[in-house]
Amino acid sequence: MNTDRTRYFKFDWITIVLFFLLVGFGWLNIISASHTSDTISYFDLSQPYGKQTIFIFLTFALIILLLAIDAKFYERFSSIIYIVSMLSLVGLFAFGKNVNGATSWYAFGGMTLQPSEFAKAATALAVAKHISDLNTNINNLKDQIKTFIIIIIPALLVLLQNDTGSTIVYGAFFFVLYREGLPKIYLYLALFVVLISISALKFGAPLIAILAAIISITLYLINKKKHPLLQTLFIIFITSGLCFGVNFFYEHILQEHQQDRISLWLRLEKDPDKLEAMKKTFAYNLNESEKAISSGGFGGKGFMEGTRTTGKFVPEQHTDYIFSTVGEEWGFIGASFVVILFVLLLLRILHLAELQKSQFSRVYGYGVASIIFIHFLINIGMVMGLIPTIGIPLPMFSYGGSGLWAFTILIFIFIKLDSNRINEW
Amino acid sequence: MRQFLLFGSVILVGILFISRLFYLQIYSSEGHNLYEDNAIRAVYDYPKRGFVYDRNGLLLVSNQPSYDVMVTPREVEPLDTIEFCNLLKITKEQFIKNYDRARRYSPRLSSVFISHLSKKDYAALQEKMRKFKGFYIQKRSLRHYQREVGANVLGYIAEVNQNEIKKDGYYLSGDIIGKQGIEKSYEKELRGVKGVKRYQRDRFNRNIGSYKDGKYDTLPIPGKDITITIDAELQEYGEFLMKNKVGGIVAIEPQTGEILSLISAPSYNPNLLVGRKRSRNYTKLHNDSIHLPLIDKGLLRMHEPGSPFKTLIALTALQEGAIDERTSIRCSGAYYYGGSRPMGCHCGGGTRVLNNGISKSCNSYFANAFRKTIDKYDNATIGMNKWSEHIKSFGLGNYLGYDLSIGKKGNIPDGSYYDNWYPDFRWGATTIISNSIGQGEVLVTPIQLANMMAAIANRGYYYTPHIIKEIENDTIPFQYTTKHQTTIDRKYFDPVIEGLHDVYGPNGTAWFLNAPGIEICGKTGTAENFTKIDGERKQLTDHSIFVAFAPKDNPKIALAILVENGYYGARFAGRIATLMIEKYINRTITRKDLENWVLTYTLEHEYHKPFLGEPFEINAKSRMMTVEEYDALRKQIDY
Repeated sequence: MNTDRTRYFKFDWITIVLFFLLVGFGWLNIISASHTSDTISYFDLSQPYGKQTIFIFLTFALIILLLAIDAKFYERFSSIIYIVSMLSLVGLFAFGKNVNGATSWYAFGGMTLQPSEFAKAATALAVAKHISDLNTNINNLKDQIKTFIIIIIPALLVLLQNDTGSTIVYGAFFFVLYREGLPKIYLYLALFVVLISISALKFGAPLIAILAAIISITLYLINKKKHPLLQTLFIIFITSGLCFGVNFFYEHILQEHQQDRISLWLRLEKDPDKLEAMKKTFAYNLNESEKAISSGGFGGKGFMEGTRTTGKFVPEQHTDYIFSTVGEEWGFIGASFVVILFVLLLLRILHLAELQKSQFSRVYGYGVASIIFIHFLINIGMVMGLIPTIGIPLPMFSYGGSGLWAFTILIFIFIKLDSNRINEW
Repeated sequence: MRQFLLFGSVILVGILFISRLFYLQIYSSEGHNLYEDNAIRAVYDYPKRGFVYDRNGLLLVSNQPSYDVMVTPREVEPLDTIEFCNLLKITKEQFIKNYDRARRYSPRLSSVFISHLSKKDYAALQEKMRKFKGFYIQKRSLRHYQREVGANVLGYIAEVNQNEIKKDGYYLSGDIIGKQGIEKSYEKELRGVKGVKRYQRDRFNRNIGSYKDGKYDTLPIPGKDITITIDAELQEYGEFLMKNKVGGIVAIEPQTGEILSLISAPSYNPNLLVGRKRSRNYTKLHNDSIHLPLIDKGLLRMHEPGSPFKTLIALTALQEGAIDERTSIRCSGAYYYGGSRPMGCHCGGGTRVLNNGISKSCNSYFANAFRKTIDKYDNATIGMNKWSEHIKSFGLGNYLGYDLSIGKKGNIPDGSYYDNWYPDFRWGATTIISNSIGQGEVLVTPIQLANMMAAIANRGYYYTPHIIKEIENDTIPFQYTTKHQTTIDRKYFDPVIEGLHDVYGPNGTAWFLNAPGIEICGKTGTAENFTKIDGERKQLTDHSIFVAFAPKDNPKIALAILVENGYYGARFAGRIATLMIEKYINRTITRKDLENWVLTYTLEHEYHKPFLGEPFEINAKSRMMTVEEYDALRKQIDY
């Protein structure tokens, strides 16, 4: 029964195929976005696409390794993996290399490694381990706080390294915790904060605060029993505090480029001259990216035929803005195809997670899906102007060894865990 | 239910992204347009514009280089405006004005910022061009006129305007197009086809290679050289003789319809309408409302033909059998008809037959011939229609169809024309008798008169007058090699031609204008003309008209001359005609005194008279004035 053949088929091939479709298509687009001459030499290490070829080859070795390790290893050693990973983040403060304002890299000779990418997988393991512990009850405030601490440590470390994008990714664990029974109040609170914050920024704090007060008082007047005065006053106080707090945060805490990005996203600037000027400064990337995608039309201009890609009009196109290459060269068809691949991959992982018999595997699977989802949401949303500019890569797609390997580890640990689910009993 | 939060979010975001893609790539996408993609720079290679040669192979028009500064507003980045303006030698206001104009045209497409830089400015600018993003230099070619003649024939080229761009997709802002003359008529042949090289550009505005290996690039096709029918020497001489006069000369080679010269006086140096000073000079020429130098008098001046029209009266009368060459009348110095006032005649009176009717230009004779032609038919409408058909077969009363873009139809009335005038149909030959002496309702242009003389010289046919003689590696349009037959039989021409020959005889109206060794046939003419001064119709000195062809047998040249307000036909037009003929046939002028006479006298005072606001005399009562006298007068009273 336990032959090599059945073992072989236990891996979820759908996930693996989706993974490689994304990696392969990503690779084609990296070639397009980074080639500088007409002759392409796939192993040319002086070119990003050449390096990416090597990264992809190394990925195979990594996958074999990940699948060869016993599934129990990941659960048993998750704490150690987490601690090592956190130490590697701390080590950056001493030995890190600064690239584009973020101290997120270790440099080994010509290669660089970004530990924050791997920290996501480590945190997912640690969270899974903690929640699946028989002694943990997520409805218990103490356990909630413990879980938050596991998540907040890497989030704070990367924030201190000025890598805001990666910090936001840790928000993904909200989905995991919610699935595992985090009280609904957190969801409502999160939705409330997001809604009020965005409205306050867009329409001005006083207006939203007054509006919230009017609604609360009306509710109080209609049903004094259901909405006692004290509760009403408390809500008014909290809402106004949030409104003005967000404004204060926006104007005094956020850095200028972050203000600009939010202002651009919420279309706070109305003066056409200033808008025109913005297109040449901080809105340049987004503007060029949207233009490139738009110019692709229905069928795209064809592989390596994108004029805006070839002209390098979109900066960072082979990394964070890789999706604009897809949009330009493969058109609506190709870009939708990528979106659908991601959606299918995410749904497949979620489906598998729900099938897991061990809570550890399920929580980890949820962690994987949440992390990939947040990347997918923020990256593609940003490239198309739906979300303020936040620099994080598109999983499996963007150029970069650390990112590719981190997602390989993230996904293939889950594939391994999943393959083992029959043996759980 | 908790598992559905992420599940649902994934599907929702997927749908949201695909909708956004749909909006960006399908709904609001303008598609990919090679012309508007600012990642692709098209660099145009303008071919050499074809040269123009005269009928004897003399080079008339060639090219000279010129440099335009182009701008693509969307790509312009903040620049050192002061330095840029200094390099271009313009003011800051001018900079702003030109920039706004370019932006209005299109922020995405390039258009001309400053045209026609001098070579020196170009050299200085070229080195610093890299500093000014969004601007580049486009080399173009300007015309260079080797000889300062024939401005009206050669026409000019200028930047295309918005209408022309809309009409013909070939042209882009800043392109050059022929606006007048042969430059316009043979624009397609002369311009060739511009070539284009497309470059892939990066965001720093650098060319990083050719776009798709030049798959969409084209090579320029050079413009064709053309040879025109103008005899530059004759043209030059005509313009020389027409100094200080307003009017036109059209000379045609009868056997081919080739226009030997087309003179519009006063003329101007065609080089004035080239380069940066073009628009200033153009305005100056345009605003000269006394001489109207931009109006081609040979093609556009409609006037009564006067006595030259009598040749056609004679020919139609002969063809209709209303008279024969022996038909005689007695002229008593006037022609009496109907109850009204008689028509005067200057022939001196006596017995008139066809021959001396023509040579002495007897009004009575032709009034009689005309009347007989019309009265031959039962009613005047039919007679007039028949007459009109004959006249029109000489190319009068409609556009001739020559290859210059401007012209006038003139007017040859027919029966229905007068039926409309006189709704009770109570009109007859005598009602419209002034047509018989080239007045009344008949209107012609000088080129129509010249063509009429060519048809007479050919004894009954003509080729549509044209300016094109040869197109490099091509044939000229067939309509210029197609014979047009008139409705008059060949045999009726000889007596008329004899009459025209006798105009130069001892008793003819041009007796003093014989050219040595050349048998000229000609006809004098005067045309009354009027102007309006403060709403009041006022008669001016008659136009001096002359038509001629020579030699009598095997004619080489037929011409018509209009000298505005030159008084009687022989005075200015006749003198110029004989000199032109001598120049063309003998290639040299022996009668220097005659030439001097033409050059000595000016008509400037005639042209200024109506504008002075004083009463004035005309015709014989108006004193002849030499150029010297006129200049002295001008100094005295500032005209």
